[in-house]
Amino acid sequence: MANIYNEIQKRILVLDGAMGTMLQRYNFTEEDFRGDRFKEYPSSLKGNNDLLSLTQPNAIADVHRKYFEAGADIVETNTFSGTTIAMADYNMEDLVYELNFESAKIAKYVATEFTNANPEKPRFVAGSIGPTNRTASLSPDVNRPEFRAVTFDELRIAYKQQVEALIDGGVDLLLVETIFDTLNAKAALFAIEEVKEEQNIDIPIMVSGTITDASGRTLSGQTVEAFFASISHVPLLSVGFNCALGAEQLQPYLKRLSNQTNFATSAHPNAGLPNAFGEYDQTPKQMQVLIEAYLKDGLINIIGGCCGTNPEHIKAIAEVAKKYKPRQTVVSV
Amino acid sequence: MKKNTNKYLTLSGLEPLIVTPESNFVNVGERTNVTGSRKFLRLIKEEKYNEALDVARDQVEGGAQILDVNMDEGMLDGVHAMTTFLNLIASEPDISRIPIMIDSSKWEIIEAGLKVVQGKSVVNSISLKEGETNFIHQAKLVKRYGAAVIVMAFDEDGQADNYERRIEICKRSYDILVNTVGFPPQDIIFDPNIFPVATGMEEHRKNALDFFNATKWIRQNLPFANVSGGVSNVSFSFRGNNTVREAMHSSFLYHAIKNGMNLGIVNPTMLEIYDEIDKELLQCVEDVLFDRHDDATERLLEFAETVKGNKKENSEIVQEWRNDPLQNRITHALVKGIDTFIIDDVEEARLIAKRPIEVIEGHLMIGMSVVGDLFGSGKMFLPQVVKSARVMKKAVAYLQPFIEAEKDGKQAFAGKILMATVKGDVHDIGKNIVSVVLGCNNYQIIDLGVMVPPEKIIETAIKEQVDIIGLSGLITPSLDEMVYVSKEMEKQNLDIPLIIGGATTSKAHTSVKIAPHYKDAVVHINDASRAVTVVGELLNKNNVVYKEQIREEYDVFREKFLNRTKQKEYISIEEARNRKYKIDWQTSKIVKPKQLGIQIIEDFDITKLESFIDWSPFFRSWDLHGKYPDILTDSVVGTQATDLFIDAQELLKRIFDEKLLKAKAIFGLFPANTINDDDIEVALKGRHAELVSVSHNHEDQLIFLTLRQQLKKREGVPNHALADFIAPKETGIQDYIGAFCVSTGFGTAELAEQFEADNDDYNSIMIKALADRLAEAFAEYLHKEVRTKHWAYAQDESLTNQELIKENYNGIRPAPGYPACPDHLEKQTIWKLLNVEENIGVKLTESLAMWPAASVSGYYFGNPEAKYFGLGKIKEDQLLDYSKRKNISIAKATKWLNPNLAD
Repeated sequence: MANIYNEIQKRILVLDGAMGTMLQRYNFTEEDFRGDRFKEYPSSLKGNNDLLSLTQPNAIADVHRKYFEAGADIVETNTFSGTTIAMADYNMEDLVYELNFESAKIAKYVATEFTNANPEKPRFVAGSIGPTNRTASLSPDVNRPEFRAVTFDELRIAYKQQVEALIDGGVDLLLVETIFDTLNAKAALFAIEEVKEEQNIDIPIMVSGTITDASGRTLSGQTVEAFFASISHVPLLSVGFNCALGAEQLQPYLKRLSNQTNFATSAHPNAGLPNAFGEYDQTPKQMQVLIEAYLKDGLINIIGGCCGTNPEHIKAIAEVAKKYKPRQTVVSV
Repeated sequence: MKKNTNKYLTLSGLEPLIVTPESNFVNVGERTNVTGSRKFLRLIKEEKYNEALDVARDQVEGGAQILDVNMDEGMLDGVHAMTTFLNLIASEPDISRIPIMIDSSKWEIIEAGLKVVQGKSVVNSISLKEGETNFIHQAKLVKRYGAAVIVMAFDEDGQADNYERRIEICKRSYDILVNTVGFPPQDIIFDPNIFPVATGMEEHRKNALDFFNATKWIRQNLPFANVSGGVSNVSFSFRGNNTVREAMHSSFLYHAIKNGMNLGIVNPTMLEIYDEIDKELLQCVEDVLFDRHDDATERLLEFAETVKGNKKENSEIVQEWRNDPLQNRITHALVKGIDTFIIDDVEEARLIAKRPIEVIEGHLMIGMSVVGDLFGSGKMFLPQVVKSARVMKKAVAYLQPFIEAEKDGKQAFAGKILMATVKGDVHDIGKNIVSVVLGCNNYQIIDLGVMVPPEKIIETAIKEQVDIIGLSGLITPSLDEMVYVSKEMEKQNLDIPLIIGGATTSKAHTSVKIAPHYKDAVVHINDASRAVTVVGELLNKNNVVYKEQIREEYDVFREKFLNRTKQKEYISIEEARNRKYKIDWQTSKIVKPKQLGIQIIEDFDITKLESFIDWSPFFRSWDLHGKYPDILTDSVVGTQATDLFIDAQELLKRIFDEKLLKAKAIFGLFPANTINDDDIEVALKGRHAELVSVSHNHEDQLIFLTLRQQLKKREGVPNHALADFIAPKETGIQDYIGAFCVSTGFGTAELAEQFEADNDDYNSIMIKALADRLAEAFAEYLHKEVRTKHWAYAQDESLTNQELIKENYNGIRPAPGYPACPDHLEKQTIWKLLNVEENIGVKLTESLAMWPAASVSGYYFGNPEAKYFGLGKIKEDQLLDYSKRKNISIAKATKWLNPNLAD
């Protein structure tokens, strides 16, 4: 199998765009989310996008296919919320292994289809590991600032389960993303290192944080540099940022990061900032122009899109990514 | 080809700490260590965590760059104490901005610490004491948790106590760490043991020297490794003699740094400035450190006797901000999250305030709104805001008993707030933060969690009798869900204010898509710190005014937003006319005025207007913002507003007593019908014989032209024109219209001039401002007279002044030049109809302004369905049609209607 470390030296790799935005187009109803299997499920399931890997697998495969067609080198599995912690909202903790395993298989199946058709451009699957919906370093209860709604060990165990399932399902790399609390990410990285050691394997890891505050910090209060210092104890394929901001707003932070690191860098910004109605209306062309500025400055090795981006955006990004050389770095393997 | 930056020890709290050669020396704060500080131990044992945090904060403020935390004490549950204290530190952004040194001799305590710090910390320490296997195991875990490590010069045979042992153990440890474990060498910090000197024991004579040399060797032979040490050990034998100890610390540090020690645990208050050490003392100290003479120790001991007891008094420094005025102190405490003095400050504020609640609504709210501004502009970040909220909570908790005492113990909470993330959405971090912040402000929070269906929200709101409903959501579909919830709330006839928040929500969405569906207040809150102010206002006893303000603000915002929306579409004037507002004329209540024709009021007794004055705009004209009468007690502008109000009352009394101003009015009521959709034909003669006597007009009728909204609206929403409120001629139903002009401006100019001549600009402005208010009051008064007596369609009306200001009556009195009829040219028609100038002397200037300025003119529409609206923009087709109807050139029409023409 092609090695992503080789590919990343040769060219700028393109990551896919938003899954949620694409799934919204299907307008799936509660019934669609349930499918036959969960017809009688006691709680509401609409909105549980990860579940669609089981109940609407063709739709998920189609989204992956569209991104590959648009020129993506890497697609992310539909597993952003695939931990027992995030699935607790739907009482679906028991399904976590299956969700991740099947999601990985669907993506890998489509990726293989494309790699076989064009072996010159091997395609990869990144197992998407989201932040969960709890924070390990902030208390949700003001009366008890020492309280935590989730502990490091709970996160570590949940992430480990997700990671094992993703690897079993055949992902080529892991993407710890949308990190708003670095302690959560550290638990995920800890879990990955454990799995690597237990199974005696190596698997490339991408880490992607999220700048949420106007102050240029993560939700848990860290600056770009502090965040980077906190996660670079693990050998990473890449480190970068995604979500919350558009390409334009992300640029200064990418510059700071790019100056700091010898890891490859990644960015998957949103399609601009949401307008008043929560819609992302940056056009593929507009986003392309902004992304080109990154590429000109040599800031980037892996580039894709987050909320609001669709295959047209990725196509525009892939077009412009072709024209530039990747950011120069020596990746430690 | 790795960049060198990667080879520097890099640690982090909320901010990074990069130890470069230029860093010189990184100082580790040591007071949060139960083995080194009896005070800290006592605080931890007694679980006085707030005071324990103060110890940590003092260290950071005193310049510590890393905070050492140690909980090794036999009577303590070390794991629990470490976890709790580090979690507490994480909630104190001013402390957690620096990295933590997790200090313990017990591995389980170290691991507990590693599990709760988000930054890159330092483990203090591991060593080969229990053999290689254990060392490797721990080092691996430290690496996996993402921390740097201090390695003690200690092995299976014990602690290194000479130069050779020091370098041997450090070399061995380094090789294992780098080669076997794969530990980044820059993350290794050696502690080659600082031992006491001048103990009188022969084997201790080289302790300092060996340390210096070992340090030098490590820095030269173990690439990228760092060296650290606990400096105070060196002076152990001089406990009680701080002068000597401080000199020893400074001198030791000075030489250790020169040899390459780049981190260290030093108590900055126990450190003399090297250059200021007494020369003789320094000589003695350095002779000991470098073991220069056999009797170096004796000499230092002798010298020590001479300086014993010269202890420096470490008097508490009074922080400068404590000398600021009260409000500044409270704001400072809230912004910085300092709760040390907040009780004192709040008590001071309470003693000044008329009622304890005013301290919350005034002093504290002012502070919180500064916090909101700073957060909004990116100068504060979330954990700091939460911190501020906690100071707020402490202040509120203190005031609570006073507030309750005043209320006879009634109602412990300031209000009950339901919070929910809407159906289909699972994101609740923002909602939780808002709940936390509100909770701090003494609101009872009923948190329904995530994915809450609308039925549950409404059911709970009713059952729990909540005061406010807060909806949150992050994903785009949640916006629609919020719209749905608001519609359901309206259906259920709820009258609970609604607050909207969450990442994708916006004021635009709230004002355009949610507010129109729900009759009670709907407010968008963009961050947690704003929530407090908004909720406070909404639950204020006099919230009617605030709610109206919000409603108005959102209406205006919506209007503006829709006006600038690119995709805004217009419909043709024909289509707009097809979509006119339709009154069912067969059932509509039309009352024939008691008295048709024109009436003039000369020399009106203006003292009657006093109770009709709406004071809020008066203050606004002086740039004081707030609603009357609350503005008089407003904590910011209250004093100024009160002074102004007293002066206004004084001048008003003079106006009344000395009859300084003259008020006149004219109004007329006429038969009228709408013709050709948008025009109102006003009958002057013909069948209405009674009109002739008062009209000087030669025409049989006059036509009022009205303009029609052309913005494309959603199905079922009409395109208004004022003509819609008068029965069309073809219905055969006789309808009526009124027109009026009032003025209280006669005499204003003269008075103003007089004041100006006396250099009294203040009263010159005052008289104009008062005349304006009186004119508005006169219009209000006259409208009431018309409704109840002259037209008499509302004979039974009995409204308070407040209700009048809120226009809680049937019928409207729109004025040309205002949103419903922005066309100033129609004033000319009113002037013609009523002969305003001849009758009462109010003139129209060239630009169609009224003179005297303190005048109001307009129409009366009496239909119960008549209401105010904004015309918005119109298209060219209406402009052309209008110029034709008005019989003026297109250029002239364009000139007057320009502000309302769509691009």
